[in-house]
Amino acid sequence: MKYIDEFRDGEVARTIARAIAAEADPARSYHLMEFCGGHTHAISRYGLEDLLPANVRMVHGPGCPVCVLPVGRIDAAIWLARQPGVTLCTYGDMLRVPGSERLSLLKAKAEGNDIRMVYSTMDALALAQKHPDRQVVFFAIGFETTTPPTAVAIKQAQALGLSNFSVFCNHVLTPSAITQILDSPEVRELGTVKLDAFIGPAHVSTVIGSRPYEYFAEEYARPVVIAGFEPLDVMQAILMLVRQVNDGRHEVENEFARAVTRDGNEKAKELVAEIFELRKSFEWRGLGLVPYSALRIKEPYAGWDAERRWEVPQASVPDNKACDCGAILRGVKKPTDCKLFGTVCTPENPMGSCMVSAEGACAAHWTYGRFRNAG
Amino acid sequence: MTLPRRTHPRPLDTKSGRVDLTHGGGGRAMAQLVDELFVAAFDNEQLDQRNDQAAFDVAAGRMVMTTDGYVIHPLFFPGGDIGSLAVHGTVNDVAMAGARPLYLSAGFIIEEGFPLADLKRIVESMAQASREAGVPVVTGDTKVVERGKGDGVFITTAGIGVVPAGVEISGDRARPGDAILVSGTMGDHGVAVMSRREGLEFDTAILSDSAALHSLVAAMVAERPGIRVLRDPTRGGLASTLNEIAAQSGVGMLLRETDIPVAPEVKGACELLGLDPLYVANEGKLICICPPEDAGTLLAAMRAHPLGRDAALIGHCREDTHHFVQMETSVGGTRVVDWLAGEQLPRIC
Ligand code: SF4
Repeated sequence: MKYIDEFRDGEVARTIARAIAAEADPARSYHLMEFCGGHTHAISRYGLEDLLPANVRMVHGPGCPVCVLPVGRIDAAIWLARQPGVTLCTYGDMLRVPGSERLSLLKAKAEGNDIRMVYSTMDALALAQKHPDRQVVFFAIGFETTTPPTAVAIKQAQALGLSNFSVFCNHVLTPSAITQILDSPEVRELGTVKLDAFIGPAHVSTVIGSRPYEYFAEEYARPVVIAGFEPLDVMQAILMLVRQVNDGRHEVENEFARAVTRDGNEKAKELVAEIFELRKSFEWRGLGLVPYSALRIKEPYAGWDAERRWEVPQASVPDNKACDCGAILRGVKKPTDCKLFGTVCTPENPMGSCMVSAEGACAAHWTYGRFRNAG
Repeated sequence: MTLPRRTHPRPLDTKSGRVDLTHGGGGRAMAQLVDELFVAAFDNEQLDQRNDQAAFDVAAGRMVMTTDGYVIHPLFFPGGDIGSLAVHGTVNDVAMAGARPLYLSAGFIIEEGFPLADLKRIVESMAQASREAGVPVVTGDTKVVERGKGDGVFITTAGIGVVPAGVEISGDRARPGDAILVSGTMGDHGVAVMSRREGLEFDTAILSDSAALHSLVAAMVAERPGIRVLRDPTRGGLASTLNEIAAQSGVGMLLRETDIPVAPEVKGACELLGLDPLYVANEGKLICICPPEDAGTLLAAMRAHPLGRDAALIGHCREDTHHFVQMETSVGGTRVVDWLAGEQLPRIC
């Protein structure tokens, strides 16, 4: 545990904070997007904004897997859970995400549908083995970090000849989401959103490596620093980004070298490539249809694809009109810009996906940071 | 006057027997279960009389009464079981008024098919906990429900106690400036229980901190009867309990993360599971809020007691119309320490 405490040391944090304050140019501002929900959580959880000068601002990105799934996919999961003989398994946070008509998997469970919370894909697989009379569907979500375990489960199901197990695949990809944000009119033309640099994901990058960020660092002239999830990692990354911006550099730097390499985890990448292929496009909450931004299961593994086994509805369903999650996920708005924040919408009663997971921008701000806006 | 023990032709099979519906039916089988298991284990005069109630003299002064249901899963966990917990939890609820606990009652709801050996183990552990605490179980009740209608065994205990003169401890008495103390490390119980939960099992040396705190409370009250608030941070952990008190008393609080004691193993396990130790349950720790000038004396009294060795001053109450519980984090930022929302679950990414 000493290892972890090293990355949470107050003295070191203050030293880095002093360096940031000294090196940040008071004549300009720095808008840094932390792509990943893990960073959003760490920033709020440790109150890191208190350690930054006023002209260094963090912008929350869309890297929260629970947040970015659009209403249509939640509705589809609820539809699946209602099919006769189906047991739907998913991670805890997914149960509370609101779908349309104020439904959620949690409410669908209370209606009597068989919906289970699992801690891993393997739990879902074990459930399928234990209940051969049930069709066990794993509602798979997440970025590149959670994709390899899903691939392993499908391989195992194949090896075991398990015909009552399938995956409702919603795995999405980080680089295409970042590109989509940089291509958005708010960033490119209108200039309403200033984004000077990015903190790159920690766990995702252990899988995909740092190479995939090189393209957009170069193409869009935005520096990237890949950082771990500990508070000192984030502080160090901010300092590195301030330096890059000052120098006019736009490189991919790696603060998280203790876990991330340039090429990532070859084995995991191979496994994923064997089982999954790119979807032509996929709908994200907030970002809309993003080309080549998600995965589907390849033809040879069609037997374990819930979307091939059932006629899963593919409709796009609009967000609750009053909820600003879409704009928040693009970095256009802050949680406090939403009229429902903290009044109608709280973690106990979430109206949008960003208020559900601890990594969601609204939930993180409500849980840890709301004293900042209290009069 | 104690009645002679009733004898039963064949003793209860506590090796391989199981509870069946007759054990709750009010007939001879139930009488035997009560005699051979409960009366034998708890072994006190009131229970020996086999009345439907216990009779005792009432002390002068203020009395407190409390009740709590125990539905913990798994029933046995490192450092305790549902039986000892049902004694400690209720003794502590009485003690948190500054009171001296006198008597307990115990109600058992047992699921048909429950192994008698497990029941015996639970009852004996409960009896031992009650003996060690010096608080007898003087009346009780047993019900058996059909298989599938319970989860092994549920226990409800009630307790009464008497408050010493001059002591007035209540959750609404915290004032701005008051010191906030805890009696030891946070999160041990919850992590110990979770380490045995299905689908989550992990190896750990962490034991539940389950313990009766009334002697610690007595030592504290003897030193400084002006303690304002005592509460044991059980469900929802330190964070939720402090929020309760802040709301009740109408104050804000500011804690310092680096001053909150958490055992390294608990920190490690929480890290792994994506939990925050401030939200994890304790069963043998208390929070004490007192006037700032009493903090030093109380800390010393706590540290002199075996159940308060790791006691620490973790922060202060302050004026705040929002009643926020805030914390200066280990790296020097500030954040809200909120109520627990839903169940605490491992993060997925
Ligand atoms: S506060 Fe609630 S309704 Fe508003 S944007 Fe956030 S999640 Fe949506």
